[in-house]
Amino acid sequence: MDHVALVDDPIDHAALTESVRSDQAGAVVSFLGTVREMTGDRRTVALDYDAYPQMAEAKMRELVAETREKWPVVNVAVEHRLGHLELGEISVAVAVSAPHRDQAFEAGRYLIDELKVRVPVWKKENWADGTTEWVHPGVESS
Amino acid sequence: MNVAVQLFARARDLVGGSPVELELADGATVADLRTALRERCPTLGDLVPHLHVAVGQDYAADDTAIPAGAEVACFPPVSGG
Repeated sequence: MDHVALVDDPIDHAALTESVRSDQAGAVVSFLGTVREMTGDRRTVALDYDAYPQMAEAKMRELVAETREKWPVVNVAVEHRLGHLELGEISVAVAVSAPHRDQAFEAGRYLIDELKVRVPVWKKENWADGTTEWVHPGVESS
Repeated sequence: MNVAVQLFARARDLVGGSPVELELADGATVADLRTALRERCPTLGDLVPHLHVAVGQDYAADDTAIPAGAEVACFPPVSGG
C-alpha cells in the first residue's frame, strides 16, 4: 500500500502509522515533523505552509517509488499538512513498514530527507516580533 | 508562444500574484524563460538565480526546451517538512 497526500486538516499520526502495519512486516517506523518554537535565538509563533500541489504529490509518489527500489518495504504512507500551523502541530508524517528494522529506519530516513529537498512545499515563519518570512534554504532573507 | 508561469512562496509575493504571462520564442529554453522573467518582473531581483523552474511538474535544467502548452512554474528553494 502506498499513500501520499497533502492535507489541510490535522494529521492523524496514529491512524497513519496503523495504516502501514502488516503481518509481512517485523518493523514499523514513524517520523513526525512538528512546529518548533526556537530557531537559534528567534521565536516562532506559527508557520504557514504552501505547496505546488500537483508537483508536490507527483514528487512524493516518485520518492515512494525510489524507496521501494532501495528497500523491501511493505507499506508506505506520507502526508504533509498545508495552511496555518501552531507550535507543536504536526507538519509532516512518514510511516513505513518493512520486514526488518534497519530497512524501515533507512527507508523512513530517505523519505523525509528527500522530501525536504525535492518536494515543492514552503514554510513561512511567523516570528514573535510580528514579522513574517518565507524560508528558502540558501537564499538570504528578504 | 505564450507561457503562463506559476509562481510560489517568496517569488509570488515579490511579484504580487501568479501566474505571470510571458511571450517566448518557439523553442525557448529554461534559460530564456529566466531572462524574460527577470525583465518582466524586476522585483524578483536577486532571487532569479535561485529560482527552480519546473516544466511539466518536473525540475528542468537551464538548457531544457519548453514545449508549447507545457505547465511551467518558478519557485525558490523548497522548505517543507
